[in-house]
Amino acid sequence: MSVAGTELLTVRGVTKRFGTLQALGGVDVTVRAGTFHGLIGPNGSGKSTLLKAIAGAHLPTSGTLTFDGHDITAATPYERSRLGMSLKFQITAVLNELSVYDNVLLALQAGESVWSLIRSRTRRALRDQVMHALERFRLGGRADELAGSLSHGEQQWLEIAMALAPRPKLLLLDEPTGGMSPEERRVTGELLAPIKAECALVIVEHDLDFIRDICDVLTVLDQGKVLDTGTVDEIQRSPKVQQVYTTRV
Amino acid sequence: MSTSSATPAAGPRIARVLPIVEIVMLVVGLVAPLLMGSSPELITLATNILILSLLAISFDLCWGYSGIMSFGQALFFGVAGYVIALVGRDLEFSHAWGTLPLAMLVGLLLSFAFAAFLLLGRRTPTVIFVSLGTLTGAYAAERLVSGWQYVGAGNGLSSVRLLEIGPIEMVEGPGFYYLSLALLLAAYLASRYIVHSQFGLVLAGMRQNEERLAFFGYRVQVFKALIFSFAGLLAGLAGALYSYHQGFIGPGNMGPGLSTNAVLYALFGGSGTLIGPVIGTLLIETLSYVLADQDAIKQYWPVILGVVLLVVVVFKPTGILGFFVSQRERIGSYGGKDGRGR
Repeated sequence: MSVAGTELLTVRGVTKRFGTLQALGGVDVTVRAGTFHGLIGPNGSGKSTLLKAIAGAHLPTSGTLTFDGHDITAATPYERSRLGMSLKFQITAVLNELSVYDNVLLALQAGESVWSLIRSRTRRALRDQVMHALERFRLGGRADELAGSLSHGEQQWLEIAMALAPRPKLLLLDEPTGGMSPEERRVTGELLAPIKAECALVIVEHDLDFIRDICDVLTVLDQGKVLDTGTVDEIQRSPKVQQVYTTRV
Repeated sequence: MSTSSATPAAGPRIARVLPIVEIVMLVVGLVAPLLMGSSPELITLATNILILSLLAISFDLCWGYSGIMSFGQALFFGVAGYVIALVGRDLEFSHAWGTLPLAMLVGLLLSFAFAAFLLLGRRTPTVIFVSLGTLTGAYAAERLVSGWQYVGAGNGLSSVRLLEIGPIEMVEGPGFYYLSLALLLAAYLASRYIVHSQFGLVLAGMRQNEERLAFFGYRVQVFKALIFSFAGLLAGLAGALYSYHQGFIGPGNMGPGLSTNAVLYALFGGSGTLIGPVIGTLLIETLSYVLADQDAIKQYWPVILGVVLLVVVVFKPTGILGFFVSQRERIGSYGGKDGRGR
């Protein structure tokens, strides 16, 4: 399997402390353009903390992050988003009181100027893009309903649709199949597969079958450190990973 | 889970009550002076209600639409009122074409200065920080003018020069009433345009989950600062009208007392609707007027009014309008499969 794209995101020596707790202890990760990169590991291994450090929800205690040639170590989520990074939260964060359509419109219009937004210049022009994003995740028929009325699985899809709508260079997904039925997980895998042509993906997921099916590269974390990185086949053969998963998972 | 887009479910239709309420209120506003014909006192009361409605709308833009709990709207109101009173006294100038824009500019700049301090940090400030910051600003300003002889100290500035429109001097009465109504209507329509625009969608999203919006790429603080400044502009206009209409402006017109009234007008009528604060102002001011005039309860009317307000605010957080307007309509929609909002 080819994983030879250009470096899009580099994480170097990133540590994160919460008081006396060392959540990340010098993590190095490289995400290449056009690849699906999975972060796996036992509970408490630092997967979600690393994803949040990449997204800007947590600033690292030390280390550096570079995205698309820009040092983003101290950048705000807003600045990272403007550079082409998009995040789907672990806990669904759709805006329940807005319609499904408005949730995606909100994500799509983020690049507009304030003056353009006041004049609603793109309200009609973005209609097709909003509907395309919704149709892609099988939500077209529910565009005018409140986001809060969707099922949990549909809200997860809506969040992915929102995260993808602005055409990011890197999409960060934190447990996208959390709380889904096996059938919903299968469909989610099918829906995610085509986006490889559009952007790179960093995904945190507990479902190893799911992550094995869609990822090109896996990084295994354990106790806040990188245990191993490689293609799915390499990771499956890694004695270090096998030891952790057979003794502690 | 429904997984088909081939069977589109018709979106739920939103009952449209607010436009009807808006039209009824406009008609009431237009005909009120005709019904009050021979009572200058009532026309003065009605004009005050219009002016204070402008202040209430300015608060609604902050809290009802943007989640900014401002306890300082009276500061922008009062400072603008003082400025036009001083311009009239010291420069003998009170033409509407100059002083009303000046009052709006004062409100805009002062509120922007507050926004720069309270809202424009790298991280989103808390509601408590902003509410205490605005409250402190209003309190400090009230104390400052109370001891400043140049602006009349505790007595305020009285005999404010009359507002002039061309050769006409505007005195209390139907003329001033309709001027206030026209300016309130213009401010209402401008606010309505903004909150129903794509900018309004950002405000609606911000109210629900600020963090999410930052991850979309919005600088939430900038949107807050802009709407806060626009609200300050409206409060400034209201302050100028009040100063001209009453012929007086004093420390109490810029402090926490009037700021709290603005909060109550909006919460009582129904915040996040624009028309709710107008209704709240109308009801509270009318109730105050009626209760204060009843000999039997003259001493107790503030208590009665306070209890009524408390009951509504605690047991009906969506205000009086919440009895008629659904949450779905209050939030509205900004687009849809037909590409139109609302």
